[in-house]
Amino acid sequence: MARATTIQALRNRGLSKKTAVILADAGFTLEKLAASKVDRLAKFIPKKEAEKVLKKLGAAPAEAKPAPKKEKAKPAAKGRRPASKAAEAEPEAPLTIPTKAPPLTGGEQEIMDGLKEIGRWLPRYVVGELAKKIHGLKLSKKRLHEVLTKIGEKFDLHAIDANESAGIVSAQSIGEPGTQMTMRTFHYAGVAEMNVTLGLPRLIEIVDARRVPSTPIMELYVKSGHSDLEKMRKIATEIEMTSLEDIASIETDLVNMRVLAYPDDHRMRSRGVTWPELEEKMKKYGEVQEVKRQVGNVEKRARALVVEAGEPSFKKLQRLVEQVRTMKIKGIDGISRAIIKKRGEGYVIYTEGSNLSKILELPYVDASRTSTNSIQEIYEVLGIEAARNAIVNEAYNTLQEQGLTVDIRHIMLVSDMMTNDGDVKAIGRHGISGRKSSVLARAAFEITAHHLLRAAITGEVDYLDGVAENVIVGQPVTLGTGAVNLIYQPPAGLPKPSAVPKPKPVPVPVPAPTPPLPAAAPAEAAEPEEPIEEVAP
Amino acid sequence: MRFNVLEHQLVPEHRLVAEEDADRVLKALKITRDQLPKIRKSDPVIQVLEKIEGPIEEGRIIRVTRVSGTAGVSEAYRLVIGR
Repeated sequence: MARATTIQALRNRGLSKKTAVILADAGFTLEKLAASKVDRLAKFIPKKEAEKVLKKLGAAPAEAKPAPKKEKAKPAAKGRRPASKAAEAEPEAPLTIPTKAPPLTGGEQEIMDGLKEIGRWLPRYVVGELAKKIHGLKLSKKRLHEVLTKIGEKFDLHAIDANESAGIVSAQSIGEPGTQMTMRTFHYAGVAEMNVTLGLPRLIEIVDARRVPSTPIMELYVKSGHSDLEKMRKIATEIEMTSLEDIASIETDLVNMRVLAYPDDHRMRSRGVTWPELEEKMKKYGEVQEVKRQVGNVEKRARALVVEAGEPSFKKLQRLVEQVRTMKIKGIDGISRAIIKKRGEGYVIYTEGSNLSKILELPYVDASRTSTNSIQEIYEVLGIEAARNAIVNEAYNTLQEQGLTVDIRHIMLVSDMMTNDGDVKAIGRHGISGRKSSVLARAAFEITAHHLLRAAITGEVDYLDGVAENVIVGQPVTLGTGAVNLIYQPPAGLPKPSAVPKPKPVPVPVPAPTPPLPAAAPAEAAEPEEPIEEVAP
Repeated sequence: MRFNVLEHQLVPEHRLVAEEDADRVLKALKITRDQLPKIRKSDPVIQVLEKIEGPIEEGRIIRVTRVSGTAGVSEAYRLVIGR
């Protein structure tokens, strides 16, 4: 380490310039310093100073045992601290939580501070836009506060009102374009090389939270060499699942009770399988032998994989053929095809079939970008928040592909509902709608009798909080103005209602007297109190 | 799995909220703990967080910093539940 760097580094750690220069001149580097004792330092600087220096340098937990490399020890110790159990002492780099949000720029920070001073809040997006707009303008603090207050007011004005029925708005906003989708799907189904479920069927699939999509597809990125076509081809063949059937013709030898597989050299090459590899994989079942093969009228010698049935049973033999045929030679389970596609500068591999957890473990795969269209798989491998994002992306892209623009916030709301309980729930009988707390709401949705019967048996109570139940009983729904109640709280100074003398009954004038019916008139007249004044025409 | 799932593009930043801050968060949101969205203890992200922060009991709160096109950056919270 150069002298200047050392001085700078020491000063960064809070040493005075004088001390730093002395130490650097004495030939100390940061590492050496941290490893040395007080006595050694005391030769160059006063002992008290030396103690201070060491304390500053050794702020990390390595104070007790001098660590040789201070800079590296610090982050490692931070990450490892809680996981200090010996079992987790892995040689690899400690786990960290990467920060994904972009840091605040100078202008944004200024606005954030301003907002804090006036006690308002604005979303980051607005802050960013504003920072761009006022960049270069010299605003005084007072002016900035004024601007922020105005923006804050406008923002509050545009925010959704309390008790607004956001869910219904979302349902309609997605539902209406959905009706157009049904008609168009037939014309646009299928994509050039790979068959992909699109349009309404795909949207239903997403919202239903199916375990496996009808066309699972993965998008696979590699860490390096993504523009090298040869390398990408190799990776593609490597992950493609290859069974014995794909590379060999399989025959049953009924006379000798055995199964013969004749691997085809050409097919083996295209799938990237070599003989030793094959032999290794099939060791458990049989061995490679030179056998006579009848091709047409000619008998040829050919290399074949021979699997003996052992027992003389045709049933066993049949089962063995099936086993041999589907035997996995190489590749990843579930990946039936891998296609390379040009994407910008380099290539991306698309796979038919999906196996996220296995693919992410491959060393050459860029695990942070590789993804699948199976939401359930994303949930299992990457967690609930990733599933939430995946639902939003998939649903939005599905609609977008059909040329329909639905505001992403509606889809976010759906996604939030689906992932609210910590797992991915479908929208429908088995998911969200089936788990409503209100009996009447559930009964109104599907399988009415079942829900009512269950509720009766278990003695459920319906608090009439939701929309459907209130519609059923004929009350205003608890939305919008229906969600607010007026409570009159008399001011403290007023006398108690019991103390107030009752007002004398005032004769109530009838606003619009009904024309007297000949039959009803005597009945009305018979009523003793409040004689109704009848105005004779 | 060897791969740190927190590094994946689809996974937003998750951080454990200190127990001292939990009440402040709930107060700001004006809700009770059980009204928060949930996250399972078995969630892959929680598994990773446990390796970093030590065991996470049920009832702890996770701060999720989402990056989105509409809000820029937004914060959401999830309650750790069992299973």
